[in-house]
Amino acid sequence: MLLIHCPYCEETLPEVEFVHAGQAHIARPDLPSSQTDEEWEAYLFIRTNEKGIHAERWRHVHGCGRFFNALRHTVTDQFLTTYKAGEPRPELPVEGGDQK
Amino acid sequence: MTRFNAFSLLRNALSGHKNWTEQWPDSQPKAEYDVVIIGAGGHGLGAAHYLAKQHGITNVAVIDKGWLGGGNTGRNTTIIRSNYLYDESVRLYDHAVDLWEGLSQDLNYNVMYSRRGCLMLAHTAHDVQSFKRHVHSNRLNGVDNRWLTREECKEFCPPLDLSPAARYPVMGGALQERAGTARHDAVAWGYARSASSRGVDIIQNCPVLAIRRDAHGAVEGVETAKGFIKCKKIGVSVAGHTTTVMETAGVRLPLESFPLQALVSEPLKPVFPCVVMSNAVHAYISQSDKGELVIGSGTDQYTSYSQRGGLPLIEHTLAAITEIFPIFSRVRMLRKWGGIVDVTPDRSAIISKTPVPGLYVNCGWGTGGFKATPGAAHTFAWMIAKDEPHPINAPFTLERFRTGRLIDEAAAAAVAH
Amino acid sequence: MSQFRVAGRGRINSGRRVRFTFDGKEYSGLEGDTIASALLANGVHLVGRSFKYHRPRGILSAGSEEPNAIVGTSRGAGRYEPNTRATVQEIWKGLTVTSQNKYPSLKFDIGAVNDAAYMLFSAGFYYKTFMWPKAFWHKVYEPFIRAAAGMGVSPSEPDPDTYASRYLHCDLLVVGSGPAGLAAARVGAEAGLRVVLVDENAEAGGTLLSEPQAQINGQQAWDWLAAELAGLKAKGVRIMTRTTAIGYYHQNMVGLCEKLTDHLDVLPKDMPRERLWRVRAKRVVLAQGALEKPLVFHGNDRPGVMLAGAAQTYLNRYGVKAGHRPVVLTSHDSAWYAAFDLEDAGAKVAAIADTRPAVRGDLIAEAGKRGIPVLLSHTATTTSGRLRISSITLAVVKDGKTGPETRYACDCLLMSGGWTPSLHLFSHTQGKLAWDENQNTFLPGFTQENCGIAGAGRGLWGIEAALADGLERGREAAAALGRSVDAAPVRVENDRTGTGVSHTELPTRRDAGKNKSFVDFQNDVTAKDLRLAVKEGMRSIEHVKRYTTNGMATDQGKLSNINGLNIAAEALGKEAPKVGLTTFRPPYTPTTFGTFCGYHRGSHFEVTRKTNIDSWAEENGAVFEPVGQWRRAWYFPKAGEDMDAAVLRECRATRAGVGIFDASTLGKIEVVGPDAAEFMNRMYTNPWTKLMPGRCRYGLLLGEDGHIRDDGVIGRMAQDRFHVTTTTGGAARVLNMMEDYLQTEWPDLQVWLTSTTEQWSTIALNGPDAAKLLAPLVEGVTLTEEAFPHMSCVECTVAGMPARLFRVSFTGEIGFEVNVPAYLGRALWDVLWEVGQPLGITAYGTETMHVLRAEKGYIIVGQDTDGTVTPGDAGLSWAVGTKKRDFVGMRGMARPDLVAPGRKQLVGLLTEDRSRLEEGAQIVFDPNQPIPMTMAGHVTSSYHSDAVGRPIALALVAGGHERMGETVYIPMPDRTIAAQITSTVFVDPENARLKI
Repeated sequence: MLLIHCPYCEETLPEVEFVHAGQAHIARPDLPSSQTDEEWEAYLFIRTNEKGIHAERWRHVHGCGRFFNALRHTVTDQFLTTYKAGEPRPELPVEGGDQK
Repeated sequence: MTRFNAFSLLRNALSGHKNWTEQWPDSQPKAEYDVVIIGAGGHGLGAAHYLAKQHGITNVAVIDKGWLGGGNTGRNTTIIRSNYLYDESVRLYDHAVDLWEGLSQDLNYNVMYSRRGCLMLAHTAHDVQSFKRHVHSNRLNGVDNRWLTREECKEFCPPLDLSPAARYPVMGGALQERAGTARHDAVAWGYARSASSRGVDIIQNCPVLAIRRDAHGAVEGVETAKGFIKCKKIGVSVAGHTTTVMETAGVRLPLESFPLQALVSEPLKPVFPCVVMSNAVHAYISQSDKGELVIGSGTDQYTSYSQRGGLPLIEHTLAAITEIFPIFSRVRMLRKWGGIVDVTPDRSAIISKTPVPGLYVNCGWGTGGFKATPGAAHTFAWMIAKDEPHPINAPFTLERFRTGRLIDEAAAAAVAH
Repeated sequence: MSQFRVAGRGRINSGRRVRFTFDGKEYSGLEGDTIASALLANGVHLVGRSFKYHRPRGILSAGSEEPNAIVGTSRGAGRYEPNTRATVQEIWKGLTVTSQNKYPSLKFDIGAVNDAAYMLFSAGFYYKTFMWPKAFWHKVYEPFIRAAAGMGVSPSEPDPDTYASRYLHCDLLVVGSGPAGLAAARVGAEAGLRVVLVDENAEAGGTLLSEPQAQINGQQAWDWLAAELAGLKAKGVRIMTRTTAIGYYHQNMVGLCEKLTDHLDVLPKDMPRERLWRVRAKRVVLAQGALEKPLVFHGNDRPGVMLAGAAQTYLNRYGVKAGHRPVVLTSHDSAWYAAFDLEDAGAKVAAIADTRPAVRGDLIAEAGKRGIPVLLSHTATTTSGRLRISSITLAVVKDGKTGPETRYACDCLLMSGGWTPSLHLFSHTQGKLAWDENQNTFLPGFTQENCGIAGAGRGLWGIEAALADGLERGREAAAALGRSVDAAPVRVENDRTGTGVSHTELPTRRDAGKNKSFVDFQNDVTAKDLRLAVKEGMRSIEHVKRYTTNGMATDQGKLSNINGLNIAAEALGKEAPKVGLTTFRPPYTPTTFGTFCGYHRGSHFEVTRKTNIDSWAEENGAVFEPVGQWRRAWYFPKAGEDMDAAVLRECRATRAGVGIFDASTLGKIEVVGPDAAEFMNRMYTNPWTKLMPGRCRYGLLLGEDGHIRDDGVIGRMAQDRFHVTTTTGGAARVLNMMEDYLQTEWPDLQVWLTSTTEQWSTIALNGPDAAKLLAPLVEGVTLTEEAFPHMSCVECTVAGMPARLFRVSFTGEIGFEVNVPAYLGRALWDVLWEVGQPLGITAYGTETMHVLRAEKGYIIVGQDTDGTVTPGDAGLSWAVGTKKRDFVGMRGMARPDLVAPGRKQLVGLLTEDRSRLEEGAQIVFDPNQPIPMTMAGHVTSSYHSDAVGRPIALALVAGGHERMGETVYIPMPDRTIAAQITSTVFVDPENARLKI
């Protein structure tokens, strides 16, 4: 069971309090109706499926209810950092930093 | 290749088993092939077998980053069934079941396809509606699947608890008798042995670094840990790692990879005659020919390549099984393991040409790829050989995610009221 | 006292005798005995039969790695379990033990004919045969193979015991309470850490329990152990015995299974049988020791053949001699000590045969002192004895050649092929193993978890080395947590250090191709099988394992993996690490399903949500149905009524007078804020800007793919406040979706969302008399057509209770939904019920609700839609604000396939023969086509309609909206039903009945 740091609660809590919410930093187009079918397909379905450090969203559903972002290594499942929704993806100080 | 039969077994037994030969040689790559299949699982080895046997294309290499059959082929719970809702799915999976029935003879390798029946339990009024829709649709598609009353369910699967006090009482079930299980490793080995006997090279421990394209964008070959291999066509059949391989050819796919866990109990004398699935409690179970109860459920919630999986899912899965079969509470879990499955947005597979000429992909099987093995391999080989989809795999295109023509089995089973 | 129990030896000396039965015969043991030690004390070695060949088997080990001595245990109704390790399970008064995998008896087993056909049942034999004739597989071969499967018989009754689970947080978790674990725990405790020390055995101490000769800091080992344990407890260390660390999960979570009652004579009331602990430790030290390897030679599996270390444990811990006349066969120094201990306890050791040409002088001298014959450079070539070993044949090996054989009579054989570090939990962390050339074994390498390995797990041998390493690992853990501590080194005398060599199959002059040299004892895998697998092209240990089943028995390869690897590597001519090691999977030892279920059994498997009004339904004989987590009243049968009769009565009464319905399970979300209307515009298909406060509107929610996700009536309570209702099953999903968009896409919107499902009880009143009933109770609004028209909402008082009153209808009759604070639901229901009596008020359930809404063509999301239906398909285009700039799903709806002709559209169906269709039945245009048929859709809802006077149905039909009046066909197994396509509205299409 993963341990996840909620950047709003500022607490590290077990996975059962959270739900995974897919890849992060995929902004919904401002005016979807202007999108081509290909663009809309990419927005809806195409994901990086990163094997390595993955920026992803979680929701602290059984806590504060907030969506936030995390950088997690998908081979080791280790969290490198978590940050609030809307914040840019952080630069990692060193490759493979420690769990917050 | 020594032909397998009772006489050869007896003859070899009498001679101390000194005369058996290799089932497949450990090949090193040649400079060039007509077709390279990436991924030596059941699907990839099967495609090589059908390319060689049905299309006469034998200058083929199957390459794998590890040992053949070491991925999801060797990690799954081996359920075989074709009682799907949509015509497209039914055609594909039923084609697979047809092939399963003759596979041991086709391969001269006993894959132990066990036609023991798959019972899907209905626990709510919504389940009843949904499964009856399946039953009716299957009947008109010529697929055996029939409705059983709760008492008939108990008769077919005696360990079932019919107590009305159960949190999820059994209201009936849908039974496909032609469904069952098979010996997963034997499928990979049987295909490998057959393919290599027809001239296919099986190259293990040879990670693919990149797919190389020529000036016109078409396939040129693969860069591997054992050097560059030139080829005209490439079939990718690597399950959880599809996106990482396809990315090297510049193709992005609507896939995400999740950990899928499964487990077995200690071996028991025969107690469980069939396969039982319950969507309401999210678990399924059968008993292997070794006596172990084989149990699985859904994926973990987060994408991962770790093959590790978490404890909460195991707790839930065993609670679900014990809820339906309370007599197993004192039975012990022997081991659990994880695999990586690639999942599409509509939970149906992709067997498709790609924007890259000469590059074909067979992926997105999610939690259900084993049952399709011969059907997927057969149509995949057809498509590679003819550069056009077989009618059965034609609907499983990449384009459907753009047009919205999805084959959404999961949505069709949606639970809402 | 039996002749095998040695006075003055062992730790189980309370003297209390415990009687139990084995295969119906009564035996007695001592309190603290395992089944194995008690049987050995009675001279019993034969306890089981092997899996494939049904060969007689004895007790091989003294721990949880046991592959042979696997039995059924029982303490009466419902409390039987198969496949229990006799070497771990303690005896209790009245325990019933049965042997497994034999027929008719353990001593004479018909299945042993397989043993005679040994050469036929080689590795992978079933892949090569049973294929002809084809039809025989399903009917003959497979049933035969399946009938032979398995070991123990499954339990057949529900389990009367309960199971528990707990979380535990600590600084340092130490797994294994041998010298290394004890030392690590002590350092941790002295550094002020919260320490937990666990051990799978009944007693803490590990190796120390079998080595009473050692002197630690001048104290006798057991005295030192007692003092040390007392000291740890005094320092607050939590010591848990009978507790197995079963799995090492992400971020230092270790799962423990604590066995609480299986060793007790009498089960305490209300005590769980087992408890699952989820321990989150900042640091973990794994001190799980090492497992002894068997030697591989022809006939190494007879009852009476035992690991030397196990014999030492039986003697020193349980005071039991494995036999009177043992032979010791070894490639490691450690087994010499077993020989000395047994000789000193009165056994007569026939010989110590060592495979090595030279052995430490002090060992030779000790053997000489005791008069034990020593045979160096020796191999074993065969053994004899049907149900118990009676002799072993040994031969000298010179220049790789096996010399003349000599037979030694014995009643037990104690063997040792060296030791394998126990790295199972380390392996769970995906830790890398490194091959150690000197010790010919894997040692721990890198792991991503915060974990250290101590003692024999790192290949260290002897108590002093283990203690020193444990101290170091403890210091390391403390330092990692910012604590430093000094720990004085511990001095050990009479320590038994040693070395050894590793073998594959021992050399023999016999035909190795016919040898029965067992590697995996339980699964009957021999060295010959492993070599055959390699010969057939299996080059990785994973292939070899799967082809032969080596390492797949209930010990999960604890005894067989390394021997199997070495033999396969030799056959391949490769180094062992090149052939690989199979991964160890959780759990460390097999663990009951009950432990994993914990509290989640029966009614606790999943919560059952009940409304405040549920009690009334129960008191009034409702039949319930599960809907998501809720239980809902399905119908209210009166005496003698079946479901159809009850539903017909409820429908008729509602359309004729007034019906009352508990709608509290509907999802409810409060959407509040200055931008609430804009938020609603973006989420729902409908326009909301112009909806006046006090008015309601049917809302439709799509996914971004353009398919219907949810629906419900939404009331605008104020300019900045919407009362949103959702489907019962969709509430959490809809709120999650709203939160997602609000928090991450439109954080600029000033809107707040609150789930109010549980805050309101909702009672629906429907029927021509609904207003008549309700009006006198309402204060704050007049229930007239003018003052409170259809689709109005207001905050008011009903029966003196604060309420949100909606005028909405899901039946086509005059309808109201009264929302009151949840806790007042039952009270309001009682009032309405009382007041409604003169009007003949009738309670109805979900089935009647379904019928009444279907008669009006109102859809149920999830029944009439299935996740692939667009608003257009469902006939709900009127609910889509096409002039809006954007809403969720607007773009998705425009994708090519969603606007293509021929989509399945929702229509009504009336059968020509007036029969009721089955929900889920498939529809075709041409009933005479062959199978596979081209299907045009399916029946989504179907009921008998009292109002229409015949059955009605809703269906999704390809191009249905263009096919009004056409006939379609529903082929059933026994006949084909013809039906006419109609509008979905069967009752009151003008909506005249909605008017007060």
